[in-house]
Amino acid sequence: MSEALSTRHLLGIDDLSAADIELIFRTADGFKEVLSRPIKKVPSLRDTTIANIFFENSTRTRISFELAEKRLSADVVNFSSGTSSTKKGETLVDTVNNILAMKVDMVVMRHADPGAGVFLSRHVDASIVNAGDGTHEHPTQALLDAYSIREKLGRVKGVKVAIVGDILHSRVALSNILCLRKLGAEVTLCGPATLMPRHARDLGVHVSHDLDETLRWCDVANMLRIQLERQGGDGITNFPSLREYAMLFGLDRKRYEAIGKEITIMHPGPINRGVEITSDVADGAHSIILDQVENGVAVRMAVLFLLAGGPGRSARS
Amino acid sequence: MEPLILLEGAAFGLTVKRLCHQLIEDRGHLGDTALIGLQPRGVLFARRLRSELLRITGEKQITYGELDITFHRDDFRHRPVTAIPGTTELDFSLDGRRVVLIDDVLYTGRTIRAGLDAMLAFGRPRSVELMVLVDRRFSRELPIQPDYTGQHVDSIGDQHVTVEWQETDGVDRISLKHVAR
Repeated sequence: MSEALSTRHLLGIDDLSAADIELIFRTADGFKEVLSRPIKKVPSLRDTTIANIFFENSTRTRISFELAEKRLSADVVNFSSGTSSTKKGETLVDTVNNILAMKVDMVVMRHADPGAGVFLSRHVDASIVNAGDGTHEHPTQALLDAYSIREKLGRVKGVKVAIVGDILHSRVALSNILCLRKLGAEVTLCGPATLMPRHARDLGVHVSHDLDETLRWCDVANMLRIQLERQGGDGITNFPSLREYAMLFGLDRKRYEAIGKEITIMHPGPINRGVEITSDVADGAHSIILDQVENGVAVRMAVLFLLAGGPGRSARS
Repeated sequence: MEPLILLEGAAFGLTVKRLCHQLIEDRGHLGDTALIGLQPRGVLFARRLRSELLRITGEKQITYGELDITFHRDDFRHRPVTAIPGTTELDFSLDGRRVVLIDDVLYTGRTIRAGLDAMLAFGRPRSVELMVLVDRRFSRELPIQPDYTGQHVDSIGDQHVTVEWQETDGVDRISLKHVAR
């Protein structure tokens, strides 16, 4: 067990060691208990100001981060690109440096371009937390997913996890694969060949195009959202119709019951009900979809707490 | 340098018993008392006190909780390592209770300050008293004093006081040693 994170930023799961992830989980356990108290607030980050900069739409992630920050007593400023000077042509580094000039210590950023967080971390003097960068990574989602598996099954090592659906466009998938592999889980990716990255097997995962077979194999199925907004950007559609996708790769009650064993169902949200998963499964007894959302706040509190505190980290003066 | 042993064995047990009797003498009964041990090492003392008190009073139970103060520390940026949180188990309201806050060693007083802060989330106790096994006098950084003390130790900065417990360390012992700076 390490006693401090090995990184100053959280740009991707790639930057974290298994010990880092374990430290985040241990810390999140403490915050989960805090969140069950009548007063769900601790003073740890009362000297820290955090800017949430969202260049892409988000509901769950932004609210989750904001709640995490407020429950750590940090000061919070929110910024979304629709109402900002980026519309007037300001560059990313200028935008962020202007925010930092107002004495901001940490930046939580979502951006449509892969690597935006990495780029920013090289040009500004603040801890950066990646809240999703294009199709690249979404590290806090992967952490809360693995944390939820650990909570439900008591361990992550050796657990068989299926990640189903639009792997190609999914930053959740990449971060999940990296996180689960680091923690010793077995991962199978399942989806149509057109939504599967070409070199997926290089990440140490199995690849399948047969959902029923994959469901029989796994302990946990993480049903990803079909990212309608990222399909066909280059004039190519990746599958013929949503109806056909739902028939081949959607999870409904009938399919679930045919597995012949209990598996845990996850979804990173937002759900396209009736496409990748039907309501009776998403809201059923084996779904931990809302637990994932609940755990998200505790895991994000842990990440912010660990990045803000510890050796060599001090409030900017 | 060999650690200096300040208290061990039977004498150690006597000190714990004396603190229990002192508490009972002061309060008469423990009906509205809540014992709260501070993580990580104060809980070992608190658990011992609880079992001694149950034995002495013949009661079936004493209100008891454990409190972690990691997120309430004022020094989390200044410590050489990140503090790893312990668990808080406090499944009752403190409203109207007479709380005894329990820690093994009282040194600067900062842990107790954080403990008082952390307690606020669980209600408004009628009163709070502090019980420690070891009071390192003359090294306080805050105006906090114990109400019940096992032993006073007059020590200087580069000394370290360690309390070990039969249950977890195999021996009841308080020792003092020099730490290299």
